[in-house]
Amino acid sequence: MLGYILRRTLYTVPIVLGVTMLCFALVYLGPSDPLSAILPEDAPKELIDRIKKEYGLDKPLPVQYAVWLGKAVTGDLGTSIATRRLVAEEIPPALFNSLLLAVLASALAFAVGTLLGAIAGYFHGRPIDRVVTAIAVTGVSVPHYWLAIVLVIIFSVEWDILPSMGMGPDGSTDFRLTGENLRHLILPTVALSVIPMAIVARTVREAVRETMSQEFVQALWAKGLTGRRVLGHVAKNAAPTILAVMGLQLGYLLGGSILIETVFAWPGTGLLLNNSIFSRDIPMLQGVILVLALFFVALNLLVDIMQAALDPRIKR
Amino acid sequence: MTRTGTRREARAALGGILAAAVMAIAGTAVAQEKVLRVGMTAADIPYPAGQPDQGFEGFRFMGYMLYDPLVLWDLSSADKPAALIPGLAESWSVDATDKTKWTFKLRQGVKYHDGGEFTADDVLWNFEVARDTKAKHYDPKQAAQIATRIPDLKEIRKVDKYTIEIITHTPTAYVPYQVSFWFMPSKAHWEKVGSWEAFAKQPVGTGPWKLQRLVPRERAEMVGHKEYWNPKRVPKVDRIILLPIPEASARTAALLSRQVDWIEAPSPDTIPRLKQAGMQIVTNGYPHNWAIAPSRAAGSPWNDVRVRKAANLCIDREGINQLLGGLSLPAKGHMPPGDTWFGKPKFELGYRPDEARKMMAEAGFSGSKKLTVKIAISTSGSGQMQPLPMFEAIQANLNECFFNVTAEVMEWNALTAFARNPANHPDIVKAGVDSVIISRAIQDPFSAFDRFYLPNRIPPGGSNWGMVDDPEYTALLKKASQSFDLETQNLVLGEMHAALVDKAEWIWVTHDVNPRALARNVKGFVQAKSWFQDLTPVTKD
Repeated sequence: MLGYILRRTLYTVPIVLGVTMLCFALVYLGPSDPLSAILPEDAPKELIDRIKKEYGLDKPLPVQYAVWLGKAVTGDLGTSIATRRLVAEEIPPALFNSLLLAVLASALAFAVGTLLGAIAGYFHGRPIDRVVTAIAVTGVSVPHYWLAIVLVIIFSVEWDILPSMGMGPDGSTDFRLTGENLRHLILPTVALSVIPMAIVARTVREAVRETMSQEFVQALWAKGLTGRRVLGHVAKNAAPTILAVMGLQLGYLLGGSILIETVFAWPGTGLLLNNSIFSRDIPMLQGVILVLALFFVALNLLVDIMQAALDPRIKR
Repeated sequence: MTRTGTRREARAALGGILAAAVMAIAGTAVAQEKVLRVGMTAADIPYPAGQPDQGFEGFRFMGYMLYDPLVLWDLSSADKPAALIPGLAESWSVDATDKTKWTFKLRQGVKYHDGGEFTADDVLWNFEVARDTKAKHYDPKQAAQIATRIPDLKEIRKVDKYTIEIITHTPTAYVPYQVSFWFMPSKAHWEKVGSWEAFAKQPVGTGPWKLQRLVPRERAEMVGHKEYWNPKRVPKVDRIILLPIPEASARTAALLSRQVDWIEAPSPDTIPRLKQAGMQIVTNGYPHNWAIAPSRAAGSPWNDVRVRKAANLCIDREGINQLLGGLSLPAKGHMPPGDTWFGKPKFELGYRPDEARKMMAEAGFSGSKKLTVKIAISTSGSGQMQPLPMFEAIQANLNECFFNVTAEVMEWNALTAFARNPANHPDIVKAGVDSVIISRAIQDPFSAFDRFYLPNRIPPGGSNWGMVDDPEYTALLKKASQSFDLETQNLVLGEMHAALVDKAEWIWVTHDVNPRALARNVKGFVQAKSWFQDLTPVTKD
């Protein structure tokens, strides 16, 4: 098992490097440049060139990347061009805020998705299966930012029972688990959970249905086991697939909640990433992407290890 | 009951009463704190150390709140264009014999937020922040922000503690305008904290507001500077909280759900709903310009004045105003109608498509031989209003007048980068673009005229993207910049404006009216005809 873990860990290094390299190149391939955030729109070329030199952006791209990487491995992610704030200081609170949202949304999505999927798979072909499938298809198809806006209109604007934005009346730095702050979590959590909920429901349904059709399940029925015990065996066999999907979804929620965080002005990594993209803030962009990539890779590694623990055949 | 027990109980009761009284007083104090919460359009809190970023919204909510420039804008009236007034300088004058030498008399007794005194040393030190690349306190970010605002300043000399001399490269009457954008952070405080990163966390200026708390991307909280040098501008509310909410619908929802008291730039389609909820919609004309800047490079289809005039006569500006929910001021020229520099142009902009088609026919175009033009435009951006729906309306209009209009749509930063090259740049020629739509601030003579219409401002020298090179404009703008008497200067700029309109130099569409929505209990706000606003008189019931 240790060898498997080490091997999988080593695989993550080229993945993380590849992601950062690709992002670095993509930012430069796009129009505009990293100084657009700090330069007035009518800045003459001589000023642009001078400021570029002062920020070290006049050096060839591979040199810039090497300098950045050299510092990054020591934990120095540089200073934001747009805000002059240290990238390494900016990311942790944003990551915590996103993680809070992602974990809650995942918990909601996984709980409801698993329940619905298991019911649909167990009662495959029955009306309840069709209802759940319809819900799942709708959930996957609805753009979550649209749903977020609709939720805000209903619950914040029309009914005035839930707040529409932010992490609480005093902001994220004073976030405590109080009733008032928890109210701020409800709408973004629900909006963020809909897509993974639908995906998990569909995956669980398929996994349960497939497992139910296997011979060992017939044998369990033949042995006279109760429906609940049969479902337990089915769940254990379907778990590796479901776990993989859940791990991926949690990763997506962490990095992919840009739109939800924008609609709810939620100060997480999505909002940070969004701001960095629009201001071409390369140090911040690189830092956030590196941390998210590391997080995503670590999460997948964890899922792989858990899968291997549940099903030893995977190690091979 | 024993005596001791009675005393103890009495003490406990007294203690309880006192505690309750203290809590009640504290509670009342907290309850009485008047807090104004503002939803900005910016995605982050503007840079708080010295010269702000985030465009003029940064100037509005950070620059002019935490700091003062030598010369301020008068933002007290909603009726007349904002004019320059004394700020940290009480008076200024140009040398009678040497027009490159200006003397600024500084206001005495001005206190920084930390109690330090503002003096001539602060001005000299701040000039080094922007210009002296070898100085420890040089800041490339602030240098980049301010470089195009004070381009003519060459040197600053200290005469005494409260007098400075500003030396310019060439004689120019625009020095007071230029220094109105230049803020004065505290030299002493920077020396105490040692870096701009540290200064940004705890900025110290002379402005009417003091920064008390800043959470990146979330909020900036300011309280009043009670020792502000102008007692009339000591803030009326106890605290202001600035919240970056870039999404327009999120801002509107935040106001309707009472999470904020004030939002910037509500989208036009939400105005009826906001009004229905009892919100105040405040608007006013200001020096903003939304126009098509055509290429005047060799071979451009816009070089024929008949084509430019026809385009100006074929745009239904009232229709666009309706599209914008009435939140615009249909253009009559480069400057908004009634502006000090509007002058007396003979060519009147309007929607007269028959006249436009006649002009196009004279220029050799017809329904079967249309003139193809391609306009670069962004999907959104600072001051761009509703760019794509507006473009589509213009496209439909112009196509009725023998034009065939196409668009090169790009993201805002990409468009500004695109326009940093002149119209004849190979990339622009290759893209087939012969005109751009970038909304502009036209607050002072340089930003309104010089940067667009002087040949030395053709990129990389400035914003003259279209490569306009007209001897009449050059002569008038030179005359204006040499007119040290303000009245004469304004008259010359009026002549310049009339010349521009008469030659239909651009295709002007509209001016924004700077809409903002305020909760019904927000009182005392006067929306100035300016990009900047004064929040010090605002109160909240």
